[in-house]
This record gives sequence, structure tokens and C-alpha cells, in this order.
Amino acid sequence: MKLNLKVWRQQGPQEKGRMVDYQIDGISEHMSFLEMMDVLNQKLIGSGEEPIAFDHDCREGICGSCSMFINGEAHGPVKGTTTCQLHMRSFKDGDTIYIEPFRANAFPVIKDLVIDRSAFDRIQHSGGYISVNTSGNTQDANATPIAKEHADLAMDAATCIGCGACVATCKNSSAMLFVGAKISQYALLPQGQVEAKDRAQNMVAQMDAEGFGNCTNTGACEVECPKGISLTNIARMNREFLGGSLTK
Amino acid sequence: MSTQKQSLSSIGRKVLMALTGFFLMVFLLQHMSINMLSVINADVFNEVSHFMGTNALVQFVLQPVLIFSVFFHFVWGMVLEYQNNQARSIKYAKYSGHANATWMSRNMIISGLAVLAFLVVHFYDFWIPEINTKYIEGDMTGLHPGSNEFRYHEELVDKFANQPIRVILYVIAFFMLSLHLMHGFQSAFQSVGFNHSKYTPIIKKMGNIFAIAVPLGFVFVALYHFIYHPH
Amino acid sequence: MSTLDGKTPAGPIKDKWTSYKDKVNLVNPANKRNIDVIVVGTGLAGGSAAATLAEQGYNVKAFCYQDSPRRAHSIAAQGGINAAKNYQGDGDSIYRLFYDTVKGGDYRSREANVHRLAEVSTNIIDQCVAQGVPFARDYGGLLDNRSFGGVLVSRTFYAKGQTGQQLLLGAYSAMNRQIARGKIQMFNRHEMLDIVVIDGKARGIIARNLVTGEIERHSAHAVVLGTGGYGNVFYLSTNAMGSNVTAGWKAHKRGAYFANPCYTQIHPTCIPRSGDYQSKLTLMSESLRNDGRIWVPAKKEDAQAIRDGQLKPTEIKEEDRDYYLERRYPAFGNLVPRDVASRAAKERCDEGYGVNATGEAVYLDFAAAIIRYGKEQATIKGENDASEARIKELGKEIVKAKYGNLFDMYKQIAADNPYETPMMIYPAVHYTMGGIWVDYNLMTTIPGCYAIGEANFSDHGANRLGASALMQGLADGYFVLPYTIGDYLSSDIRTGKISTDSNEFEEAEKNVRERIEKLVSNKGTQSVDYYHRKLGNIMWNKCGMARTEKGLKEAIQEITELRNDFWKNVSVPGGANELNQELEKAGRVADFLELGELFAKDALDRNESCGGHFREEYVEKSGEQQGEALRDDKNFAYVAAWEYTGVPSEAKLHKEQLEFNDIELKQRSYK
Repeated sequence: MKLNLKVWRQQGPQEKGRMVDYQIDGISEHMSFLEMMDVLNQKLIGSGEEPIAFDHDCREGICGSCSMFINGEAHGPVKGTTTCQLHMRSFKDGDTIYIEPFRANAFPVIKDLVIDRSAFDRIQHSGGYISVNTSGNTQDANATPIAKEHADLAMDAATCIGCGACVATCKNSSAMLFVGAKISQYALLPQGQVEAKDRAQNMVAQMDAEGFGNCTNTGACEVECPKGISLTNIARMNREFLGGSLTK
Repeated sequence: MSTQKQSLSSIGRKVLMALTGFFLMVFLLQHMSINMLSVINADVFNEVSHFMGTNALVQFVLQPVLIFSVFFHFVWGMVLEYQNNQARSIKYAKYSGHANATWMSRNMIISGLAVLAFLVVHFYDFWIPEINTKYIEGDMTGLHPGSNEFRYHEELVDKFANQPIRVILYVIAFFMLSLHLMHGFQSAFQSVGFNHSKYTPIIKKMGNIFAIAVPLGFVFVALYHFIYHPH
Repeated sequence: MSTLDGKTPAGPIKDKWTSYKDKVNLVNPANKRNIDVIVVGTGLAGGSAAATLAEQGYNVKAFCYQDSPRRAHSIAAQGGINAAKNYQGDGDSIYRLFYDTVKGGDYRSREANVHRLAEVSTNIIDQCVAQGVPFARDYGGLLDNRSFGGVLVSRTFYAKGQTGQQLLLGAYSAMNRQIARGKIQMFNRHEMLDIVVIDGKARGIIARNLVTGEIERHSAHAVVLGTGGYGNVFYLSTNAMGSNVTAGWKAHKRGAYFANPCYTQIHPTCIPRSGDYQSKLTLMSESLRNDGRIWVPAKKEDAQAIRDGQLKPTEIKEEDRDYYLERRYPAFGNLVPRDVASRAAKERCDEGYGVNATGEAVYLDFAAAIIRYGKEQATIKGENDASEARIKELGKEIVKAKYGNLFDMYKQIAADNPYETPMMIYPAVHYTMGGIWVDYNLMTTIPGCYAIGEANFSDHGANRLGASALMQGLADGYFVLPYTIGDYLSSDIRTGKISTDSNEFEEAEKNVRERIEKLVSNKGTQSVDYYHRKLGNIMWNKCGMARTEKGLKEAIQEITELRNDFWKNVSVPGGANELNQELEKAGRVADFLELGELFAKDALDRNESCGGHFREEYVEKSGEQQGEALRDDKNFAYVAAWEYTGVPSEAKLHKEQLEFNDIELKQRSYK
């Protein structure tokens, strides 16, 4: 396979970046997208150029490190997939592929395709936990039965890998799917309900402070989310937040 | 965890957009229903119009809420659009918005501004003369000057009869309103936290019916009077 | 050669941990505020340790090379976590979990540590549920369990196929709470490049800020390494791309003994390699073996036809299939431990029965399970005369509910539909049981330096059972280290803040800077990946699933040569004072090039076959167990702890003799 790549190159956080063209040949359709990037980087190193920096780690679609905006879509054209699990069989010989970092002011570029997603961490610091100490003496795990339906919904929300595709793909750069998923996971479990109202208030406040945009319910986040996190989580967050706002 | 109060959080904003949206949709429905009466029976139309135009509750409670809703919905809509635009100062070289969201949902500002432009014309056509007659000239009778007959029906018909340009504008505006409602109806439910695996699909269907039927009703009235006018 | 003392408390094994906890020295809460602890790595072990230590009142500085602690590679663990809860009433107990783990580890782990692990396993589940970990539940709302390889009970708790992710997010949430309180100072995108030892005690680390390239000094009263395993020495493994041995190796060079480096787990159910460009291997949860049947064609000509693409697996008749695990191990069948399953697959492929184009793959078939579940469902639904298609449909639904996400993952990577045609799998490097030597307190041979989770060696012996890694990481971090570290720190309450201006910090920083400078200024011709791949090849071929004396000797020689070549000819583009991923990789590969040599040395020294270490010379020559691994308890029931002397292959051996008072040493038989 022969491909034309248009890749965002940016030397550092303060530098100006630009799209740079690369031609690459001999790509197998069985390669993953990142392996194609590896091949390109080896080529660049061989010719004395600096390789393209990009975040990646597990390459199994679970760590949430990889974060490319490929041909106008977060994690590329295949739905329910992270960039590392995207394979070149999704492209055709001779294709032109745009490769950009996830963009949002709340996710500043560090270098090339590497971005700073620490805003997500700070939102979690503001309430993404249940206040319980590690004692080993909490009640027996089976002491409180949890309806399977709720446990399953909590699990669905908890599968979020924190990659930021929702923000990157949203035309408003809103982080509500991410925050909604976390708030939902805890709100659905009896252990999390104790602090649910404060949690929603605090996490939303931090989300706003980080400079994410407002949600306008386009639903793009749900479509592009590699883990299929549902919009119902945003609705649940809205409820939790409103409940807290009206009673506190 | 400590509690911090936000003056108006991102969720607060979207909830207010939704609530004003709900109010405006109810308003649209009743407005369209009354307009429809003009096709069915001119006298009934006149009666109802006179009631709406002179009833204190409608005039001094609902009308201000309506004005506030319209104002808020438009101003906040634009403020939010601006803020959202600012949240990504470097744009993508390639952005395939169509791959994951409808045109309607992504372009509420366009359909919204089109409706706003129409409203300006509409206010100039109906609302300003109406306010002028009633509250500036002080004529609360609803009658043609020096006559026993209500003026409402005739005024309405006059606006469309032999006025092809206005009718075309009218059709375009309601098409844009339809697009706006296609997203807005179901979006308002989601914003106030209503999303249910059983009911949301129904809401989405109802939203589509509402978004088509209500603007179509307005358009029908306009076309009717354009075609079948007594003059 | 000297002997090492594991500092196991006296008394009956059941009471050791309880009486240890009763007598251990504690640090009072007011003094904890004056004590700093560095935790390197934020996976299950590091993350849970950081959170718990901070909760107790210590000032914790936590470091990870990822952009967030939530991305540590524990996140990729799929199957589950063991705990001796006996919720299923199938006869499980702490003793049975202890026994299974020691036996599964081929009697090469420290009994007392394993028993402690089994004891605290139940607390882990309680703790995680309290934290909001959404474990799978049954319709009554109670926790569900599944069974895993190598055991006869259902004791594995799980959260879909993402148990590691959920447990890590639990630990991460506990960290978040402490970060918000200011008790954990979090350093993301930081890599530890040396440990600082002052007056014989670990007192800090040198770390590189991976974004700016800045070299930083951090001091503390104790340093905890939760830095994971070193499987990436094989280049291709199921580890994350960034997983590395650097922190552990630096500690080794500063005096921490490295134990049993040759014990490597090759996981039987990974997606086979598809080409030379391959950058990593993907694991499919072992839980698949609960329902999948493993087979290869019984006839070589069929295998050849499949490799040539002329035959499909579904076209091979039942009698022409060789379900070799069920044939060889009737008692455990497809659920034999990982090392046994992996070697059996390699044996079949080496004999020429392998199936994909590379000849390195076997089938994992769900057709039988689909029919079995389908019939079950048809009975439940009262569809007594359901057609075969209907039965299949019903069966697929169940299989989908159980393994749906794994099937999707396979489909995505292999572009093949496992509901219709068998999956292809092949063993891949997955976990390293070896690691930094620690005593019962989890302290390394550097006082004040601790190693937890996969980074240490203590609990899994020569082979780890499925769903035990998560258990060990969280046990160490939540429930063991927070006690044992207090014993050491109780003597440090008057020390006060450790200065970073000492000569030791100076010297360590200088070393780090010089090495980085050397790498970026070395204008060589080969990329870092070139060396990593070469190293991986040597390791896989000569230190992999089957090892020989000759091969290991060659490996030592070849790795030494490769390392020399690396320092002469490696090319690292970019500078030192910026985000430079090639530089990060170069440092890690340089350390792998040293570790690999010690690995081979250890494997050469151990003249027996046990667990993940299989020496072709040491197998049963006859009888029912012919061809099975032959352990030598008389001469090798010890932990080999290596002391660094300057050249990896000339490391000095220290033995910790393993005593088994509560379990009788037997040949592991799964027949």
C-alpha cells in the first residue's frame, strides 16, 4: 500500500505547528495504524529527521493513551475502535490521510501529536472517587446486593478509557460524556450514592473551570467513543447535578 | 467534598436553553393552532385572537415570559456558540462532522439565526403594529376603526394575499425552524436529564413529527390565504 | 555464595501474618506527617500503595511515565482477580488458594508470602466493592465468579473482560482522593532513572521530566518500586510499549539483588503474530479456555493444507482433530496452567501441526460450547424441538454475553469471525515471575527500598496462576506494604527532611546526565528499535519457551556483543531537553540489554525445569509423565538472587533456601 500522509508537526507547546506531507510505501493491510506510524518513524530516523511524537502504550485499546484525529474523526474512521486497534485494511492504496492531534484548548499540544490531558485528571481529583479508607474491614462484599441491571449500567459507564475522543470530536470541545460516565458509575452504585450530589456539583465545576465547551447534545461523542459510552450518562449527570443544585 | 456554587454552570446553561425551548415549542403549537382557525372559521379566529390580545394573563404574564424566552434563547444560544467556538482555538485541518452527528444538531446556530431573521420581519409585520394599536393608540377594541367587525382575520389574510415574496420567505423560515426543531425537541429532553431506553426513542419520533407538523401548519395557513383570498 | 534470610516470622503459617501485624512497629500519626515516601509506578501495586500510604498520613510522591496514573499497564488485565471468598460454596478456602498458588508456582515461591496473599485476598474484594468497582453480579445482586486455569474451584471475580481496568480505576480513584487532599504529589510523565542510596539506605530518586527533559532530584525516607515486569526484554510481548525494567535495574545496580530473572510466563492464548512489522502481541483472556477447546489437525497434511489456505478449519472432521490438551491432561483438559498449555502448543507447532501461515498457531474452538449453551437455553425456554440453527443462535447469545468484548477484539485484530470459525492463538510473553528480591517485609536488599507487585519476585514462584497478578498487586499495595513499611520508618521519625544537596544525589544526577548525553550525542547508524528487535529475537529463540545449555551460552555471548554494538552504533535523534520518545526508548533498551544477559545466566544456572523455566535437558524420560518438566527439588529448591558486580553475566549468586513445611513437594500433575 502506498499512502500520502498529512501530519501535524509541532516542536513544542509554545511553537507554531503545521501540517507536513509524507509519502509512505510498502504498508501491509494487516498492520495496525500505529505500526504504520512506526514504519514512517523508522524511515524518518533513517534519513536523519526527528520521528513524529505520539502517545501510545498498551496498543490493546484499553489504556487510552493513543489519541489521533484521523481523516476528520477521533481514532479514525472505524467506530468503537481506538487508534491502536485501527488496521490499515480500513484504508485504500493511494489514500490521503490527515493525522492531527486531539484538539481542544483544554488539551494543549505538547509536541506533534502528543497532548496534555491532565484536565481529565483534575476533574477526577475534584470528586471522582468514593471516600473510603483502605482498612480491609469494610463490610463484606456481598453484604449489599446490587441489582444486576444497575451493576451492569455502572460497568458500562466505567469502561471509559479517558482517551478524550469525546472532547476531540465534539464540535464544542465538551467533556460531558467523560464526566457524565464517571458521575453515572458512582451514582448507580449504593456505595457511591452517599456523596453523589456533591460529586456532581464539584466535578461539573472543575470541568467548567478547565475550559471545555458546552454540550449541545449533537451525540457525536457517543458515536466516536471507542468504548460506546452512552449519552444516557450525560442525561444522568444532568439529573444528578440538577438534583444537587435544587436541594443544596 | 466541599460544595461550590456556580453562578451558571455549563449544565445550568443547557437546562435554561432547554426550558426556554420547551416554552417556545408550546407557544409555537398554540400559535399554529390559532392560525389554523383562520382557515376554518374567520369568526372563531377573531374571537380567539381578541381574547389572546386582550386577556391580562396572556398579555402581562405569558407575553413577558415569551419575550424573555425568545430573548434568552437567542442571546444564550449565540453566547454559547461563541464560547464553544472559543474552546478550540486551533481548528482541525480536516473535520468530518457529518460522520457522527446530524447537520441539524451541528448547525443550530444557522437555523436559529434564520428563524431570528424571520422573527424581525414578523415583529415588523404583526407584533409592532399590534402593540402600537393597543398600547400606544390605546385602541383595545380589536375592531376596524369605525366598524363593528373584528380586524384580525382581515389583517392576517392581507399579509399573504398577493404577497408572493413574503410567502416564500415564510416557507423558507419555517423550513429552517423545522430543522431547528428536529434537533431541539429531543435535545431539550436530554438536557433536563430525561433519557430512558424505553421512552427516548418515542420522544425522538414525537420530536420529528412535531418538527414537521408545526412548521407545516404555519406554511399551510400562509399558502391557503395566498391562494384563496376573498379579494 | 551466601545464603539470604527472607525474614519470615516464626510460628504456624496460619498465624504468621496476624502475629506479625500485632507486633510490628508503628509510626504515630503525628510523625507520619514528617515522613516522605516515594512510590514509582502507579499500577495496581504502586497506585494502591500510594493511596494507602497517603491515607495513613505519609507524604507521598508518586511517579509514572504515562500521562496519567490511570494508564499503567495493569489496566490491560482482562480475566479477573482471585479471592478465597468461597461465595460459590465449592470448597474454596484460604488454605486452598494458598495451596493452589504454591503448586501452580511449581514450588518455587516463599510459602509465608503466599499464605499472606491468600489471607488478604478476601479483603481486596471487600475494599474494591466499597470503592465502587463494578464487579459482575448475578440476578440476585450478588457477586459472580468464574473459574480459571490450574484450579478446581470458581474463585475469580471479574468485571466483564476489563477487570484490570476496573481495579486500576479503583486504585486511581483512591489516589485522586489523596491528591485532592494534597497528600499525594503526582508526577505524571516522569521516569525514574536512578535510585539514590545514602549511608546504605534508599533516600531518593533521580527522575527525568519527560516533557521538558529536566533532570530532577526527589528525596524521601523510603522508596517503593511498583514498576511492573520486564517482559519487553523479548521485544514482542503482551506488555505495554513503555513497560520497562529501568527502575528495577537501576536499583539492582545500586545493590538490590535480582531474583529468578529467568522465570517468565508465556501466556497460551494470544493472537498470533502476523508479520515482521509487529510491534506487540495482544492477549486474549485465559477465561476463554473455560469454554473454548484447543486443537490442531491430527494429520500433518491437513495442517499443511490449512497453512496453504486450501482448507478451512470448519471442514476438518471431528475425528481428524487432535484436542491435545484433553488428550494429554484428561483431569484438567483445556484448563491446565499456563506454562503447560503454552509448551503443549509449541510442541504441536514444532512437530508441524501449526495452523496459520507462520505455522505458529493452534485453534481455540467455541463450536462445542455454542451448541452446549444453546441446548441448555432451549431447555430453559421450553423449546424442546429447536432446530440446530436455533440452538446455535441461542448458544451464540450466551457466548456473546460471556466473551463478547474479547470476540470483538479478536475480530478487529485478526479480521476473522470467531463465532463462525475457530480463533487462532499462540503463546506470547506475558508476565515475569522473577524480579527484585524482597524479604517478608517486601524490602529489597537496599534498606528502605521496597518492591511490590510484578516488580518483586515473591509470590508466584516459577509460574503464576491466572487472575493472581491483580490479587498480588493489590495485596501488596493495599494490605501488606502499608504495615511492613511502618516497621522500617518507625526508626526514621527523627531523621527530618532528607536534603537533595548531598554528594550522593550529586553523583547520581551526574551519572544520569552523562548517560543521556552519551545517547543523544552518539551519531550512530541504527535505530533503537533495531537493537530491541535483535535482542527480542535472541531472547525468544534461546531463552524462550524451551531452553538449552548451548543456546543460553550463545545468548549470553550474543547479548554482550549486541550491547557493545548498541553503545557504538545507536542513533538517537532529537535533544535531551525536550519530549524525546526515542531517547526514552534508548535508555530502556540499554537496560534490557543488560538484564537479558543476567536472564540467560540465571536460566543457565538452573539445571532443572520448573514452571515457566523449561530446560530441554531436564524432562521425564519415561513413564506416564514422559516429556513433562523435571524439577530438581534436592538441588534447586532455592531462590537465585543475583548481586550486581559490574558485568551482568558475572553477577554473584545468593541463595534463599525455600522451606516447605505446610505443603508437600510433588510433581505437578494435571493428568
